[in-house]
Amino acid sequence: MKDVRKVKHPSEEELILYHYAEAGGPPRAVVTEHMEVCEPCRTRYRELQAVLAAAEVVEAPARSEDFEDEVWRRLVPRLEAAPQESLWQRFFAGPGAPRLWAPVGAVVAVGVLVVGAFLAGRFWPGQPQPQGEAQVQPVSAQSRERILLVAVGDHLERSQMVLVELVNAKPQRTVDISAERQRAEDLVPTNRLYRLTAERSGETGVANLLDELERTLIEIAHSPSRLSSPEFEDLRRRVEAQGILFKVRVVDSQVHERERKAIEDLSRKSS
Amino acid sequence: MDESDAAAVARACAGDTDAFRVLVDRYSRKVFRLAYRMTRNEHDAEDVVQESFLRAYRRLKQFESRSSFGTWIFRIAVNAALDLTRKLGRYEQAEQQMPEPEGGAHSLFQLPAPDPTPDRLLLSGELKHKVESVLASLSPQVRTAFVLRHYEGMSIEEIGSILGLKGSATKNSIYRAVQKLRKELEPLVVAQSGEPPPARGELGSTGSKGRSHERCEESETSQ
Repeated sequence: MKDVRKVKHPSEEELILYHYAEAGGPPRAVVTEHMEVCEPCRTRYRELQAVLAAAEVVEAPARSEDFEDEVWRRLVPRLEAAPQESLWQRFFAGPGAPRLWAPVGAVVAVGVLVVGAFLAGRFWPGQPQPQGEAQVQPVSAQSRERILLVAVGDHLERSQMVLVELVNAKPQRTVDISAERQRAEDLVPTNRLYRLTAERSGETGVANLLDELERTLIEIAHSPSRLSSPEFEDLRRRVEAQGILFKVRVVDSQVHERERKAIEDLSRKSS
Repeated sequence: MDESDAAAVARACAGDTDAFRVLVDRYSRKVFRLAYRMTRNEHDAEDVVQESFLRAYRRLKQFESRSSFGTWIFRIAVNAALDLTRKLGRYEQAEQQMPEPEGGAHSLFQLPAPDPTPDRLLLSGELKHKVESVLASLSPQVRTAFVLRHYEGMSIEEIGSILGLKGSATKNSIYRAVQKLRKELEPLVVAQSGEPPPARGELGSTGSKGRSHERCEESETSQ
């Protein structure tokens, strides 16, 4: 029989990793071999297995066979009502255009709409409309709000993706962040546009977040494309220390909630 | 042969709604299961399914094939479920209501039930209620990490990518969930397996390396 004292006993965390067949603990074969000879560890593992098996009692209620059909039936009208791709997006995403232009095009197009709508609302809000004369319908405050929310929401999603990818990049001797760097660089001008719009609209919370985000994006955009491991860790630490990812998530969630309400209000009014 | 997700996404991006339906058919049940485990409410879970696919449809052009569609739609569903629960305040409420059993984790053994056999407990749904209470008492991040790992079988790397966490933080979230489950369920589960419940602290609050060594050393010396 092997001498158990010569084998390192797996910690609780290591047993959990072993249970889920995840890397990060001692090699699986070593833990298996250890448990074959160590009764207390074997008992600990059995108890852990029993607890995790018991957690299986929480089952999602079964759905009917036509669940997918039902999901689709409810979804179709909402898809039809979902914001359609703009002409600008089509133009930038057309054949031959680089893939990168599609989101940039969308952002620029929406940005132009937002600023235009904002200026229209700011400088010509209360001009009397002559009776009986054909008028171009001004952009309503609600439509403006909705456009701004959609645009800012999408911008925050894109920024979030850049930050997530950067924070989760695998540390190596040299880390290539050229893709994230390029995307951050593309996001800076639109971020500035939304920040200014938010400031002017009195959206202080959103403006403050965009201000912080802009500094982070600029920092990423100004970093070299390839970073040594310590340089990368340093950048990652700075991004994490700012807590910007969390803040972006919170505001993104709030923006989407307002967007949803704005859409509901609009559809209620139009019906 | 089934169409790949990437091909369906490409067709859906080109305006083919039937292609998007392929993705809905393929993932709606999985998204429902995840959403139910996060919201603990059938209607809310169905709303999350709708919201997730709507968001996915609107942002389909932003999807990049670097990650799988499954991981992407799960990320959207997690966010939709968190948004909904935050809005409804369900978990906050549940966390406040989470009963802290008097006398600690072993109090279920002390219930004056006429026949508190594990089968009876299981049948009465008490174990299920207990598991749900524990899950509800976890923070959204810890709960989501555990649900994705334990019920959905996703890897720590995939979970980290969904939650925007590093590997160590993801692992830590899962440890915390398992520790809490052990603390609350171990007495029930050990009784079910016909073994006596471990003496309090014998297993450490699960996770103490030092204690596990002590146990092994004790057993070794007695051999």
